[in-house]
Amino acid sequence: MQTEAIKDLLYRMADDKIILGHRNSEWVGIGPVLEEDIAFASMAQDEIGHAWSYFQLLEELGETDPDTNAFMRPAAEYRCCHLVEYPIGDYAFSLVRHYLFDMADKVRLKHLSDSSYKPLAELARKIAREEKYHQMHARVFLQQLGNSSEEANQKLQAALNEVYPIAFSIFEPTIHNETLANAGILPLEDSLMKEWRMEAENFLRSCRLHVPLAEDMIEHFGGRSGFHTLWLAPLLAEMTEVFAIDPQAKW
Amino acid sequence: MYTKEEIFTLLEKVKDPEIPVISLVQLGVVKDVRVEGEKVFVEIVPTFTGCPAIEMMKNDVIKTLGEAGVKEMEVQIKYKSAWTTNQITPKGKVLLKDFGLSPPKEFEGELTLEMLEHAQCPRCDSTHTRLLSTFGPTACRAIHHCNDCHETFEQMKPL
Repeated sequence: MQTEAIKDLLYRMADDKIILGHRNSEWVGIGPVLEEDIAFASMAQDEIGHAWSYFQLLEELGETDPDTNAFMRPAAEYRCCHLVEYPIGDYAFSLVRHYLFDMADKVRLKHLSDSSYKPLAELARKIAREEKYHQMHARVFLQQLGNSSEEANQKLQAALNEVYPIAFSIFEPTIHNETLANAGILPLEDSLMKEWRMEAENFLRSCRLHVPLAEDMIEHFGGRSGFHTLWLAPLLAEMTEVFAIDPQAKW
Repeated sequence: MYTKEEIFTLLEKVKDPEIPVISLVQLGVVKDVRVEGEKVFVEIVPTFTGCPAIEMMKNDVIKTLGEAGVKEMEVQIKYKSAWTTNQITPKGKVLLKDFGLSPPKEFEGELTLEMLEHAQCPRCDSTHTRLLSTFGPTACRAIHHCNDCHETFEQMKPL
């Protein structure tokens, strides 16, 4: 029971990261400035690295090897949340998504660093330090753009209005949450969400942004049990194209 | 039969694939060496989790020890273990600077943006510099500009 709950958690985290990593990589070559092109590429590399390490932990728990696990599952077996599946949109959309996701990641990793499941606690402490750079990046750009011209502020506001309700999909509960909380592995998703919300909303206000009401957030649930947006299947088809042609390919 | 010290000396020859002046030992990537009878165990730790160079490092360790005559060995990547830039040796930091990379400062506690700012220019030693981007050509580098000599330079980010 407990092992199943840990696997569920690791799949959720690994799948979020591999899908968001793939999305971030789509900024390569088309970033608004060269530095942002590189920043999104670097963050993509980090996220895919983090996904790989979660898939390694899953392998240690008896699941298949990281490559097969990352690339050979049908969409319905992915446990990622809807937030990471959406196309990159404009730069404002990607920036706001990056902030909200990485803020949630920070909260989750903070708790996992003290987790009773030691292999994950050790890994979480390592990843939390790398993620600092993602948070710095998101905060600097949101703060500077949010407090600059009206046009920049309005673009961010429009993106926030769209992304914010979807971001609650990160905290979609699963049947394993109580097992994890009772075992001291990770607090309930609802309590993580409250912590995230408080910190994110305070910060967003400091960027001259209005935090929208998030009333329809349940509409964006489903990812954690394999029900995805229409965006996931084409993303997977693209991501696995080479692997599907020749799983033994080496380069 | 080798001693632990002899293995460390051999590993000094294995350089970082992306910064070929610094050895894995100086970079703090070699976490542990054990010798049990004829068999040598080496543990290495990736810098950033997503660093694509780690497999290459592992192969370079195997190749170098093999060429030195080590017959039995096991090189393990300890992917869960944290690496920090505080583990870079003082000599390693000098080598980074000579290579043109501003070495990371020692730090304690939480990493902040302020810790990256005013990185020392590896060309003219000025700290009158500004941070251009926290992300550079590899995951472990940030980009700065020197206001004195007007050189744009890279820094190995404190981690």
